[in-house]
Amino acid sequence: MMKLEAIIQPSRFESVKDALREAGIEGMTVTEVRGHGRQKGHTEVYRGREYTVDLLPKIKLEMVLPDKLVNTVVDTILKTAKTGKIGDGKIFLSKVDEAIRIRNEERGENAL
Amino acid sequence: MKQVVLKCCCIFAMLLLLPTVPLLAHQTPSAPATSSSAVPSTVDSSKALNDKLAQLDQRVTAAQSAGDNAWMLVSAALVLLMTGPGLALFYGGLVRRKNMLAIMMQSFMLMAVISVLWALVGYSLAFGGNGPVIGGFEHAFLRGVGADPNPDYAGTIPQATFMIYQLMFAIITPALITGATAERMKFSGTILFLTLWFLFVYAPLAHMVWGKGGLLNASLGGKFPTLDFAGGTVVHISSGVSALVCALYLGKRVGFPKQPMPPHSLTLSFVGACLLWVGWFGFNAGSALAASSLATSAFVATHFATASAAISWSLAEWLKNGRPSALGAISGAVAGLVAITPAAGFVAPMPALAIGFIAGLVCYFMVTKIKSIFGYDDALDAFGVHGAGGTIGALLTGIFAQQVVNPIFGAGKPVGGLDGHWSQVGNQIVGVLIAWGFALVGSIVLLKITDMITGLRVTQEQEIEGLDISQHGEEAYNLEL
Repeated sequence: MMKLEAIIQPSRFESVKDALREAGIEGMTVTEVRGHGRQKGHTEVYRGREYTVDLLPKIKLEMVLPDKLVNTVVDTILKTAKTGKIGDGKIFLSKVDEAIRIRNEERGENAL
Repeated sequence: MKQVVLKCCCIFAMLLLLPTVPLLAHQTPSAPATSSSAVPSTVDSSKALNDKLAQLDQRVTAAQSAGDNAWMLVSAALVLLMTGPGLALFYGGLVRRKNMLAIMMQSFMLMAVISVLWALVGYSLAFGGNGPVIGGFEHAFLRGVGADPNPDYAGTIPQATFMIYQLMFAIITPALITGATAERMKFSGTILFLTLWFLFVYAPLAHMVWGKGGLLNASLGGKFPTLDFAGGTVVHISSGVSALVCALYLGKRVGFPKQPMPPHSLTLSFVGACLLWVGWFGFNAGSALAASSLATSAFVATHFATASAAISWSLAEWLKNGRPSALGAISGAVAGLVAITPAAGFVAPMPALAIGFIAGLVCYFMVTKIKSIFGYDDALDAFGVHGAGGTIGALLTGIFAQQVVNPIFGAGKPVGGLDGHWSQVGNQIVGVLIAWGFALVGSIVLLKITDMITGLRVTQEQEIEGLDISQHGEEAYNLEL
């Protein structure tokens, strides 16, 4: 089992979500976050003082997937979330030791 | 010749008395006829006529009073609306989310505290007596303040109306100061300081400019008649200058100026600013103290100055920053409202446009350039807008006031610069300086006293946590589940 974390542009999120559903992937957790990599922020002016707002809004997608689905999901996200510009985001993959469904206490890949 | 004149006089007199005839006919007798004789004597009929005329006079007076009183009560309500929620929202939106309730609570509490003090002693101190600097105690506990008009101030409305109208000014003036102390002053210190300030700075200034015998009173023969229609000196210079003193005394907020502290809700500030614009019609036009053409004139001047100032501030920003901001536009409008306040009932519409335009530019300069040069933390620009706007407005009033708008010094007497009476600008300067001086000295002394009793500033931890939690145990928004 792998955990997939993807930070993507908010404007691409709907497309990513639709594409994943079409690919038969169910289950995700979505959070609104702020951050930046190499992308520059924007300047705001308040009472004549300029200041930079460099924490930009992004969407974080988290999913735990059976190993055989990981490549499909990564390809889907890469295809739909990419705009080609700086600020597109990143995908991180990590191993998951265990998954448990709370309702019936199933474990392992059956719980996903 | 004499015959002709006599005949004309007779005809004229008969024409004047003609309207009384249908009224006599419509009269429903409430008491039986005075005498049983068929033909009333000449003495009886002229007495009846005089009684009729006296009755008519009474009814006309009552009708005028009704119109004036209706307008003045509405104006009083409009001015209260300026504080709650106008100023509360305007300031509230400008502070950070963690301090929203605190700034609103300060305005709201003043609505309560100043009201009670006004009833007990405030009105009397400001408008009683006839001293040059302060009133007296004859109207303490609102003794003698009822349905009868006070001819010194507003001869066609109950004195209680005048009293309640003036109260709303006394409420908003200290509330303006909270803009400079925002986000770091203790609630207890705020209330104590502003209560003392109301008694020892506002009441004397109000008396000097508007009270009978006041040193600066333009309409009641003050020694240095300062033209201040609705409170440029009494309200805006006093609060604005005191705000600056407070900001310097309290010191800068933690993180100022490096840390950006943008408004948490310009939406609310927008709503507040619009409420201020509308409410200000009560503030300025109501200062005519009657539903008169002077009220109209003040209403019109107020509106045009505001519009003009919103434009000039926005233009300045557009040129300087490449784009006009919403905050700039509403601040410009407020600056215009402040500047036209002393001028409203003295200037014509075109000068009002000019006053507004100038005020927008001056106040923009004050809150951007001057504030950043001197580095004081006037958190919500109470000094930059009210102090500066009030000062420039008071001076421009001396230039643009005209007798054709308001012959305040008497029929045929010139009023301001446009009438050739340029020495009025000198009088304005005196009034401005006295207001500045009173506010400066008064604030320093009262801040010191308050500091000794309750303390002024919250601790650094409390400031970082936010005043809503530390001073009031509440949060403005509980948006999470």
